[in-house]
Amino acid sequence: MGSFNALSNESLLMATVLIAMAVIVSYQQKMRLELEILHSALRAVVQLVVVGYVLHFIFGADHPLFTGGVLLVMLISAAINGGKRGEGITHASWIAGVSIGIGAVITLAILLGANVLSFTPYQMIPVGGMVMSGAMVAVGLCFRQITTSFKSRQQEIQIKLALGATPMQACKAILRAALIFSLQPTIDSAKTLGIVSLPGMMTGLILAGMSPMEAIKYQIIVIFMSFSTISIAIAIAGYLSCRQFFNAKEQLILSDS
Amino acid sequence: MASHVSFEDISLTVGDRQILRDISFSVEEGESITIIGPSGSGKSTILKLASSLVSPTGGIIFFHGKPIESYAPTEYRQRVAYCFQQPYLFGQTVRGNLAFPFTMRGRSVDTKRIKELFDLFHMDLDLLEKSNTELSGGEMQRICLIRSLLFAPEVLLLDEVTSALDTENTEWVEQGLMQLHKEGLTLLQVTHNPEQSVRMGQRRMTVKDGLITDCEVLHGEL
Repeated sequence: MGSFNALSNESLLMATVLIAMAVIVSYQQKMRLELEILHSALRAVVQLVVVGYVLHFIFGADHPLFTGGVLLVMLISAAINGGKRGEGITHASWIAGVSIGIGAVITLAILLGANVLSFTPYQMIPVGGMVMSGAMVAVGLCFRQITTSFKSRQQEIQIKLALGATPMQACKAILRAALIFSLQPTIDSAKTLGIVSLPGMMTGLILAGMSPMEAIKYQIIVIFMSFSTISIAIAIAGYLSCRQFFNAKEQLILSDS
Repeated sequence: MASHVSFEDISLTVGDRQILRDISFSVEEGESITIIGPSGSGKSTILKLASSLVSPTGGIIFFHGKPIESYAPTEYRQRVAYCFQQPYLFGQTVRGNLAFPFTMRGRSVDTKRIKELFDLFHMDLDLLEKSNTELSGGEMQRICLIRSLLFAPEVLLLDEVTSALDTENTEWVEQGLMQLHKEGLTLLQVTHNPEQSVRMGQRRMTVKDGLITDCEVLHGEL
């Protein structure tokens, strides 16, 4: 088993050639994305350096309050970003925060209870980040699907309400379709794991010198926790966001009225 | 006869546009009222308000003498059914559409009741197994009516339901509705057709610019 070579700053600088290639492609194809590529690369470097220092401090301090604080910042960030996909849904960021938070807490509690994880910054922060980012993407997809469907299927909802259905009965088909749509990428990616791509955590552990068999065990846990967090988060987000389209009189709040 | 549904000083304003202006009328139990008037006069809005899919910005709507807000919305809408102008079938199949009112109530599908209504509206029971896309406009509209009538509502609100139908389909729909009316169904229907308003209404209201400008007694009985 080869060990992982620590990167020198010089090597990292050499790797910037890779960004230059993206800039060249953009220039040659007249995509006019050169500045944006440079800006995003620079921003990624600055963000990662800052996060590196913060994590270095927090890992060193190894205090539950700091660990919890970082998880909370991650959750707020996931809520704000997930909420941006919910344009047209009242309180979208709150809904994203509550759903991602509940999903992550349940999943992490099970992993902690089963002694798969311990409440140390080394474990909680990367694992918490993984589950929350996965849930954020899925909740965003769920929001988009729901807002699109409520616009395009207003007549169906009105008819079902007129038949005497409750709001949730009237939008059950929309909710179900949105949940399938937002869980599908997780199912697809689980199906192709190891065939199309070696997943990030497993790659990282192998690069760090862990045996592939050990790395696989961790990756299996990551897949299972993704399913759990994402399923819980989209179920809550889907239900709460559908409710926002109805008023207290169980009338559809029309998007163009 | 007691008032089944009554509007008292109902107005509706959306943005800065006043759609209905302080209108009042009553529909008696077992009565059939037709509403005519030019496009955009507020006819369909009256039905939307009566169905409780929209609330007025002023006034009170009563059902059996009590404000409709005192009923649970689901209960009220199951008793006061509303059939839209454009026939719309959701999902994939006719059976799915007709099963919805049953599953919504946690009941199993009553094929006997479906057959009764199919017979009433001159429909072949084989249509039950068809997909929505295989139906003609007339068949779709009759399926929509049957979907609203499966649990025998007390009041049926109809919004120009025959406007896109040919003479034969219109006749079948009218015959079926008049039969149900004879059995006690209260009808409140908007129509663009003056002859139909006379054929089907015991009273006829004319709506213009959000006001009831005329209310004629046409027949004591139909």
